Amino acid sequence: MDILYENLLAFTWQDLVMIAIGGLLVFLAIKKNMEPTLLLPIGFGTILVNIPFSDALTGPIKELYNAGIANELFPLLLFIGIGAMIDFGPLLSNPKLMLFGAAAQFGIFFTLCTASIFFPTIDAASIAIIGAADGPTSIAVANTLGSKYVGAITVAAYSYMALVPIIQPPVIKLLTTKKERLIRMPYVQKSVSKTTRILFPIVITLVASAIVPQATSLIGFLMYGNLIRECGVLDSLSETAQKVLANLVTIFLGISVAFNMTSEQFLKFDTLLILGLGLIAFIFDTAGGVLFAKVLNLFSKEKINPMIGAAGISAFPMSGRIVHKMGLEEDPQNFLLMHSIGVNVSGQIASVIAGGIILNFFS
Amino acid sequence: MNLLSYILLTAVNESNPDVFFKPENFVFNLKYMGIGMLVIFVIIGIIMLATILLNRLFSK
Repeated sequence: MDILYENLLAFTWQDLVMIAIGGLLVFLAIKKNMEPTLLLPIGFGTILVNIPFSDALTGPIKELYNAGIANELFPLLLFIGIGAMIDFGPLLSNPKLMLFGAAAQFGIFFTLCTASIFFPTIDAASIAIIGAADGPTSIAVANTLGSKYVGAITVAAYSYMALVPIIQPPVIKLLTTKKERLIRMPYVQKSVSKTTRILFPIVITLVASAIVPQATSLIGFLMYGNLIRECGVLDSLSETAQKVLANLVTIFLGISVAFNMTSEQFLKFDTLLILGLGLIAFIFDTAGGVLFAKVLNLFSKEKINPMIGAAGISAFPMSGRIVHKMGLEEDPQNFLLMHSIGVNVSGQIASVIAGGIILNFFS
Repeated sequence: MNLLSYILLTAVNESNPDVFFKPENFVFNLKYMGIGMLVIFVIIGIIMLATILLNRLFSK
C-alpha cells in the first residue's frame, strides 16, 4: 500500500501540467483535426514521459529517440515519403514561380536575428527554422545544431502549420489592397515531358548540394522520393513510400519527439518565447512572399496577384489552398489554385535549402 | 524602451539564466539574413534556369 502512495505522491504540479498539455495536444488532434498525425503521437508521448518513474522515458522512447531523431534518420525517411507525394508539375510548367518560394523564407532569417536577442546563436538558428513550416526540416536542423529546445521547436512548428488558415489571411489582407487581390492570373496548361520530370529532382539535388553541402541529406532524400514517383518503373515503391513508409515513420517520429517534452525541459519561459518567435517566423514568411510579388509587379507587364507569394511557405498544400480560397472570396471567377500550388511546392524546396543554409552557417 | 528591456531582462533571468536580452545581437546577425537570402535566391535562380532549359530541351 505504501508503494502506491509513494508513486502517487511523486506527481509534481509540473508533471500534471505537462500531462494536461499532452491531453490538450491529443484533444486538438482529434477534435480540431490539427495536424493529427503528429500532434496525437506527441501528445500521448508527453503523457507517457511525465509519469513519475516512467520506464517509457528511460526505455523505449529514449531508444526510439536515439535511433531515429538524434541521428536525424526519421525526418529524412519521412522526406522520402513527402517527396513521393509531391507533384512538381505546376512548378515545372511555370518555373518562375520558384522565386516566390525563395522570398517566403525571409521569416526564417528575420526570426534568426530576432531570436538571437534572447538565445545563443545555435538555439536562435534552430528556433528560426520553425519558419520553414516544415516539421522534418525543423527537427533535423535543431538536432544537428544540438539545440536543447527540439521538443518546443517541433511542437511550435507543427502547431503553427495547423494554424496556417488562421495566421495567413490577416497578414495577406493587411499587406494587399482589394484591387491587388482581384488581379486575375490566367493559367495556361503546359505539358511537361517525362524526361524533365525525371531530371528535375536530380538537377535540384546536384545544384543545391554543390552550393550548400549541408543540405545534401535533406534535399537528397526529398528528391529521391520524387524520383521514385516520377521514374515510372517503381510504382509499387512510390505507393509504399507515400503511404506505408510515411505513416510508419510518422507513428514513431511523434512519440520519439516526446522525449524532449518533460516538464524540466518544456515548462520554462523559454518555451513561451519560442512559441512567440515561431509565430513571428510564420508572419514574416508570409509577408516576404507577398511583398516580393508586389515588388515584381512594379516591373512586370503581366501583373501577379500578390496573394500567391504567401503560398511560398512550405505548409503544403494548405497554404496554396488558402490563397486560392481567398482569391475566390474576392472574385468567384478568380482561380489561383494552380499558381498557388506551384508556389507552395517551390516553398517546400526552398525551405529545405534554407535549412541547409542555416546548417552551413552554424554547424 | 528601457522599461521594456528591464521587464524582459528580469523575466528571462528569473526563468532561465541561459536566456539573455541583447538587442544588439539583432543588428550583429543581420549579415546572416543578407547572405542567407542571397544564397537562397542564387540557388533557386540556378534551379529555375535549369528547369527552363530542361523544358526547352525536352519539350514534347
